[in-house]
Amino acid sequence: MIGNKKDLLGIKDLAAEDIELILKNAATMKYVLQQNSKKTPHLQGKSVVTLFYENSTRTRLSFELAAKYMSASAANISVGTSSVKKGESLLDTARTVDAMGADIIIIRHSMAGAPHFVAKNVRASIINAGDGMNEHPTQSLLDLFTIQEKKGKIEGLKVAIIGDIAHSRVARSNIYALQKMGARVAVGGPSTLLPPDIERLGCEVYCSTPEALMDADVIINLRMQFERQSEGFVPSNREYSRFFGLDEKRLIYAKPDVLVMHPGPVNRGIEITSEVADSDFSAIDEQVTNGVAVRMALLYMLARKGGSNEASN
Amino acid sequence: MRLLIKNGRVLDPSNGLDEIMDIYMENSEIVQIEKDIDLSGVDIEIIDATGLTVAPGLVDMHCHLREPGYEYKEDIESGTKSAAMGGFTSIACMPNTNPVIDNGAMVSYIINKAREVGAVNVYPIGTITKGLKGEELAEIGEMKFAGVVAVSDDGRPVESPAIMRNALKYAAMFDTPVISHCEELSLVQGGALNEGYMSTYMGLKGISRASEELMVSREAILSLTYQVPVHIAHVSTRNSVEIIRHAKAQGAPITCETCPHYFTLTEEAAGEFDTNAKMNPPLRTADDVQAIIEGLKDGTIDAIATDHAPHHPDEKNVEFAKAANGIVGFETALSLGVTYLVKAGHLTMAQLIEKMSVNPAQILGLNKGQIKVGKNADLVIIDENKKRTVETDKFLSKSKNSPYNGYELSGTVEYTIVNGHLVVRQGILL
Repeated sequence: MIGNKKDLLGIKDLAAEDIELILKNAATMKYVLQQNSKKTPHLQGKSVVTLFYENSTRTRLSFELAAKYMSASAANISVGTSSVKKGESLLDTARTVDAMGADIIIIRHSMAGAPHFVAKNVRASIINAGDGMNEHPTQSLLDLFTIQEKKGKIEGLKVAIIGDIAHSRVARSNIYALQKMGARVAVGGPSTLLPPDIERLGCEVYCSTPEALMDADVIINLRMQFERQSEGFVPSNREYSRFFGLDEKRLIYAKPDVLVMHPGPVNRGIEITSEVADSDFSAIDEQVTNGVAVRMALLYMLARKGGSNEASN
Repeated sequence: MRLLIKNGRVLDPSNGLDEIMDIYMENSEIVQIEKDIDLSGVDIEIIDATGLTVAPGLVDMHCHLREPGYEYKEDIESGTKSAAMGGFTSIACMPNTNPVIDNGAMVSYIINKAREVGAVNVYPIGTITKGLKGEELAEIGEMKFAGVVAVSDDGRPVESPAIMRNALKYAAMFDTPVISHCEELSLVQGGALNEGYMSTYMGLKGISRASEELMVSREAILSLTYQVPVHIAHVSTRNSVEIIRHAKAQGAPITCETCPHYFTLTEEAAGEFDTNAKMNPPLRTADDVQAIIEGLKDGTIDAIATDHAPHHPDEKNVEFAKAANGIVGFETALSLGVTYLVKAGHLTMAQLIEKMSVNPAQILGLNKGQIKVGKNADLVIIDENKKRTVETDKFLSKSKNSPYNGYELSGTVEYTIVNGHLVVRQGILL
């Protein structure tokens, strides 16, 4: 259980205490990950199924490894080779997985609210691994974990989120999560890729990268999705890169010890240069490692029904 | 059949009548409207309407009966029963069935089927263009002679301004109103709810208000330029109301309707991914709701239509973006009007009846919406003060897709009389 809920559907539903507990448990799990033998009995006898309607490398693999490190039975449903191709509805597919006794179902879907919809209709716990443009809570939690680890705190920091805010579930989850933890959030991107009324979510909004980056402690750089160009939001990736790409020159606006993060996959040379992505400022690889730890913590917490929710070594 | 309604408050906004009267009907006609009609000793059904309002039967100028093609959602029989429960005695059904109603034969089919199984009067609306494709005009003249009361490509806009101009001019020749579904599709592209704070908050693609308003202004300009009537369907935004208000002031023969959901709900209703709050146009903001109410008050908005849009649970119990658009409306429309407009002090009961009976009848050219000797006995008897709790599972419509389940509303339909026949008695369909 997380915050008395059987599911993790979004950061919107979490209280700051819930997030703190998740981060605390993730630290324990990270310790486990650093051991020679990465095997714990936490999820023995539990089953975890990933149901991904969209492509993914790191999210799916990190969930699968997290489950396996904790001794759960883990299985994947690949939409391309399943009955989904025969037209089976999301509801029927999810019910089928539920009926086979899955304890936790991890869903990624192109439509906002799909995990919420499934959660209402199954017994299993649902983890949202990304739903349309709505939320990507586990990414946001691993980002928080990384910030906490590198900066020692989250409260009081300024975090700049740069890129295609409109289509980004990572941006939305981070806007909610960072503010709940007391950080200041500035978002920056082309005006065509800023969603309407975004300032009502409590963040500062800029159409200029220097302004958004000014004195930032952390930069979260978002992937530019190639299809946005054909949809007419930006004239070219080249022009996007010129005005919004993150290079060494632009880092000057941020604090000297700025932390650069990116949820991946990275388009090198478009939203971020390789010089920055591979620099000492970058925590991109660390984020991936932390992703496994955070997901282990979440699986652990959701698999436990009642009792203490704090993991011990 | 002979019926006598005693001691009701008889309300006929078309001639300013608002008095306690008795109404006597024989066969399908109103025969006598007077105080204290005494027919003691004659064997007739007497309705005691003391404390109740007797109004011309409601006229819905925009609904979907889904027959033929989508009978799993609704059919003419179930749809007209649902309409009767809501106090409607005449309804005009949209042509986006399968096959679509775009020719005289299909029009005749609907009329004949409705005569056979319909609980209320059904008036078909034909398409503007063949196959709803927006390319060539449908045979509007033939359909008019077969019995359509209007034409509309409802559910889709007529994208080409040239085709719309031709349709307006051509249909005017046959005194056939053109009902325009205003939506600039390039601004919609996969949108699922109003573009604004809620679309950002829920991570859904938004439907821009500009999408509706651009086409409302196009229709207003065409109507003004060519002096041809146009009727705007389901107006939902402040600026649409302003544009129509301006066009009317300029002398354009433009009319419009809104629906109960646009003066009762906002985009927040879809907050928990509730697909019963998903419709097109989408629910807008509190400011739009206020503007719709102002438009109703000052007469900019002529009519209230239900846009009754039944859908099967399988089409609503899905991902939000995938869910079908629309809600059922017959069995809540009047109560919503009474509660949110009359009880809230925005309209008088007479004005509400004007919007829900007199004006739609007039726009469609129906000989309805009046209580007069010699006229068809189409009446609704309303208890304005009686409270009800909406229970969608009790709806007579085949579909239950309504966001109003559990709402406490004022104003109930006690009796519905269609062509002198009692169809609903004390809130129960006969």
